[in-house]
Amino acid sequence: MSEKNIKNLEEIFEARIARDEKIEPKDWMPEKYRQTHIRQISQHAHSEIIGMLPEGNWITRAPSLRRKAALLAKVQDEAGHGLYLYSACETLGISRDELYEQLHSGKAKYSSIFNYPTITWADMGAIGWLVDGAAIINQVPLCNTSFGPYARAMVRVCKEESFHQRQGFEIMLTLCRGSEEQKAMAQDALNRWWWPSLMMLGPTDAESVHTEQSMKWKLKRKSNDELRQQFIDQTVPQADLLGITVPDPDLKWNEETGHYDFGEIDWDEFWQVVKGHGPCNKERMNARVNAWNNGEWVRDAAMAYAEKNANKKVAKAS
Amino acid sequence: MKNQNLYNYILTIADNSLILAQRLGELCGHGPNLETDIALTNISLDLLGQTRSYYQYAAKISGEDKTEDDIAFLRIEREYKNCLLVEQPNTHFGYVIGRQFLFDVYHFMLMEKLQNSKDETLTAIAKKSIKEVSYHKRFSSDWIKRLGDGTEESNVKMQEAIDDLWRYTDELFLMTEAEKIMVKEGIGIDVSSFKEKYYEEVAEVLKDATLNVPENKYFTKGGKEGVHTEHMGYILADLQYMQRTYPNMTW
Ligand SMILES: [Fe+2]
Ligand SMILES: [Fe+2]
Ligand SMILES: [Fe+2]
Repeated sequence: MSEKNIKNLEEIFEARIARDEKIEPKDWMPEKYRQTHIRQISQHAHSEIIGMLPEGNWITRAPSLRRKAALLAKVQDEAGHGLYLYSACETLGISRDELYEQLHSGKAKYSSIFNYPTITWADMGAIGWLVDGAAIINQVPLCNTSFGPYARAMVRVCKEESFHQRQGFEIMLTLCRGSEEQKAMAQDALNRWWWPSLMMLGPTDAESVHTEQSMKWKLKRKSNDELRQQFIDQTVPQADLLGITVPDPDLKWNEETGHYDFGEIDWDEFWQVVKGHGPCNKERMNARVNAWNNGEWVRDAAMAYAEKNANKKVAKAS
Repeated sequence: MKNQNLYNYILTIADNSLILAQRLGELCGHGPNLETDIALTNISLDLLGQTRSYYQYAAKISGEDKTEDDIAFLRIEREYKNCLLVEQPNTHFGYVIGRQFLFDVYHFMLMEKLQNSKDETLTAIAKKSIKEVSYHKRFSSDWIKRLGDGTEESNVKMQEAIDDLWRYTDELFLMTEAEKIMVKEGIGIDVSSFKEKYYEEVAEVLKDATLNVPENKYFTKGGKEGVHTEHMGYILADLQYMQRTYPNMTW
């Protein structure tokens, strides 16, 4: 194909997106669009399955049968999210095994928030409330993103995430209405999860790469800083309702802007965790790699069995 | 307690579901692939749902001010009546499947009969459970075949698990005092009545999976009487952690 032709195709492609048409896997797309989507969707998929680990950590210790069932169901939802997202990613011409390989080798990233430890039951509340809450703010705009399979996956995912968020908030509410010890547990969880949740919305606009292109492709509709402000404005009144204190002495309602002002985020910590040196990066990766390696003989067996049976069927039919 | 025998009988069935659900809960996020993770979580969720129905009923008939959570979390080890099979660890995926399969075949036959109990609540629980258990049995039998008749390595591993778990199967068919009395009252099920059928069905699947039916005739028992393996204390340490550390709170 000549350069001129490609240029033409690209123009048609961009015009389709501008008209809000969905791009489907069989459609022509620029290589950069494909690569960007593989990167973003797989990163999202990896976050879902790594995200199973910190909460999975509390399944055996949940304080009541009802909470145990709800937590199991939540972690299972996250596995389902991983599944839809890997499938969406596979339509771009990459296999799930390759995607796992990228995760396990450290080439692919996942959301840094999951590198923090879950050390009390209240963390199950804080994660649902804050982490799923921040995820929703990140993801709702993606329900209208340009790549069809991603947009459709996001519609399903967002519905479940908002259920998770309500469930998390309800755990917090129960703790805050409980004993002094329970309330202290809730406060401690907020103290530990607040700043990492703000960081989840990404580096400040000044430091964020890819944004312009992503806006055009509707992979992003608002800047990280706008999303962060939206999250803070939405969450602070909820903390007030719970009767616990957001751990930011500079947090203050600003009458003029109609938003909360907030204190400085420790970006050094953010980059430290992103670069692999957070409290649980090693543990999370080890858990995934071990699960994968220990499961190899199982996957091999399933494949061998399926092949044998397919051969038997062919033999019968002929 | 007026209904002590019925109460104990309910726990004999329910504790199996609780402890197996707990064991499966350990695996969430650590399975060989996402699909098996999701399927095993489903089974765990079904078992937990059954557990809650049984315990709610037991709490009601206890005549005491008990909740499902009191029964689940606040007993001493000797008071848990689950069979030894379900408390065995997730040594590797072959053990997970082997334990599930050996339990599912039994569980299905038990639910089949329990549907005709004179006790209406138990009948209702059994009718709901049997649909779930039939799915569990299909899942575990399919995996027994995949692993048994998959690769050489998987065959060895699956056989190893079946051989190790075999000694816990006989206990499934032992009758405790409470069970015997409940059978007489038309409420309980005589589990020994389907022992033969159980071993036939198990053998059939194992043969299909090119696995050997163990010839071991030495069995270990005790769980149903509250004498557990060394694993049980650790299961309970996790299970009861919150309730023991923070007593009398709402979660
Ligand atoms: Fe999710
Ligand atoms: Fe997500
Ligand atoms: Fe979620």
